[in-house]
Amino acid sequence: MSPLIEVTKKDVVSETWEEPFYLNMGPQHPSTHGVLRIVLHLEGETIVDCDPIVGYLHRGVEKLGENLNYNQAIILSDRLDYIASVANNTAFALAFEKIFNLKVPRRAQLLRTIVCEMARICNHLLWLATHALDIGAMTVFLYCFRDREWLLNVFEKICGARLTHSYVRVGGVRLDFTSEIIDELYKFTEEFPNRILDYETLIDVNRIWLKRTKGIAVVSAEEAINLGLTGPCLRGSGVPYDVRKFRPYDAYEEVSFIVPTGKNGDTYDRYRVRMEELRQANSIIRQCLDKLPETEGQPVVADNAPDLLIPEKRKSAVALPHPKKGYFFKAKEEDVVPPGEAFASIESPKGELAVYVVSDGSNKPWRLRIRTPSFVHISAIPDLTRGHLIADLVAIIGTLDVVLGDSDR
Amino acid sequence: MEELLQELQEKFSTVILTVETAKKDLPTLICKREGFLEFIKYLKEEKGFDYLIDLCGVDYLNYKYKNFEERFEVVYHLYSIPNKHFLRIKVRISESDCWQYSVTPLYKTANWFERECYDMFGIRFKGHPDLRRVLMPPDWEGYPLRKDYPLFLEPEKDWEPYKELVEKYQKERGS
Repeated sequence: MSPLIEVTKKDVVSETWEEPFYLNMGPQHPSTHGVLRIVLHLEGETIVDCDPIVGYLHRGVEKLGENLNYNQAIILSDRLDYIASVANNTAFALAFEKIFNLKVPRRAQLLRTIVCEMARICNHLLWLATHALDIGAMTVFLYCFRDREWLLNVFEKICGARLTHSYVRVGGVRLDFTSEIIDELYKFTEEFPNRILDYETLIDVNRIWLKRTKGIAVVSAEEAINLGLTGPCLRGSGVPYDVRKFRPYDAYEEVSFIVPTGKNGDTYDRYRVRMEELRQANSIIRQCLDKLPETEGQPVVADNAPDLLIPEKRKSAVALPHPKKGYFFKAKEEDVVPPGEAFASIESPKGELAVYVVSDGSNKPWRLRIRTPSFVHISAIPDLTRGHLIADLVAIIGTLDVVLGDSDR
Repeated sequence: MEELLQELQEKFSTVILTVETAKKDLPTLICKREGFLEFIKYLKEEKGFDYLIDLCGVDYLNYKYKNFEERFEVVYHLYSIPNKHFLRIKVRISESDCWQYSVTPLYKTANWFERECYDMFGIRFKGHPDLRRVLMPPDWEGYPLRKDYPLFLEPEKDWEPYKELVEKYQKERGS
């Protein structure tokens, strides 16, 4: 598609009105979930083509990360996908641990798995709330936010923050769970399956919901893989690709869960996949909580984890023979981390979040590349919307589950 | 996996320069730019590498452990969902001849990755349908993720359309 600058170019000479009609949507539009701008090429109410424009929230996280040390970079990751920030923390920490050659204690792995799944529930609840609100179901919004609030309160007890957690650090996690938190989580996992039933009662067979979601934005399996869709968007098309199963990290090898998949690859299937994922996440939390007493009292951070302020150089003493008396010691500068590269990816609630780090031996990453699911999903919007109505575009943006902080970095 | 690497090395001996597996988290292939497209096409169509996880550029200006001449590297992370194979492919690109073949015809997801790579490093992609900036504004000067791009606050510039409006207004008032 050519850059949309000349908006009144006349393509066909005829007596009727044949000029292409362009409509600008966003960046300040409530249904774009942030500052996403889409230039639509319309024919009547049908979308012929569209051009998503991102970058309004670009903060240069990759460049900033190259100028801060490894532990400080984790703080930046909170600001990417601010709805599920522990998932971002985990992706960063996993990549940095590969660089540092660290082994995470088992208790820390279990705690990470719990918070990651809590983040997944938070994210899917917020997704369901806003997606339903976009389509016109107001009540779901209130129900979902009530339950999300519960989890955010638990997060506040865990690490003191509700949105930007920075809970996961290189080599483990920052704090251990108290017994109060474990009790609260048990209570939550008991109650939550009933709440999921509540949401499903509200919209699962709702006629308006079905009309707005069935057969909208159908993607075949090959097309979805080619477009780079991941997470529930890919699984809705029937591809059981899940990083938690394909390349397990943390404690996902120990827990049992199924990867729900859809059949038709439309918006409704993606909704069903996410609802099933809520149940699976709940069961994963429960399994990890049951395993926690085995590791009671174990450390939550690896012994050789780097300090929060990583020194620029490490100095070690080298003994050299002194010409007159015995020995003298000379300081030798060493690299803080081994040089090399590492790639780590996790199944974040939105899709595959991958981090690629290149280290040059100093305390700062030489290159910090973040592959975010939202960026890829927004790039797929033109292929999904062709031939749909403007009203469906709102449903499509909702079903892709994009967060602009995640996409623009 | 090792069989696959050996087979690739035999078949594409002119394209693949080195294969690194020791001390790496992934098998890493370093390829030449010439013949790269055929290689990727073979991987996609014959070997089932259907999913391009990531495409990014890396600037190795004044890198301490550098053992090659070129300045940039374009790094591809390819995954095969049916076979669970994972490959990292690197192509080295010099600053004076700063372009690479586009893989957008093969992987649609590469479209925005390549736009971002061009945006941040100035590496042009030959065969890309619509190569323009994606994250930075269209009138931005310089490539932010290059190592010689300084980290400071940009001086504020006049917004072009606003400047035009002011000039137009002043002209009208003058005449």
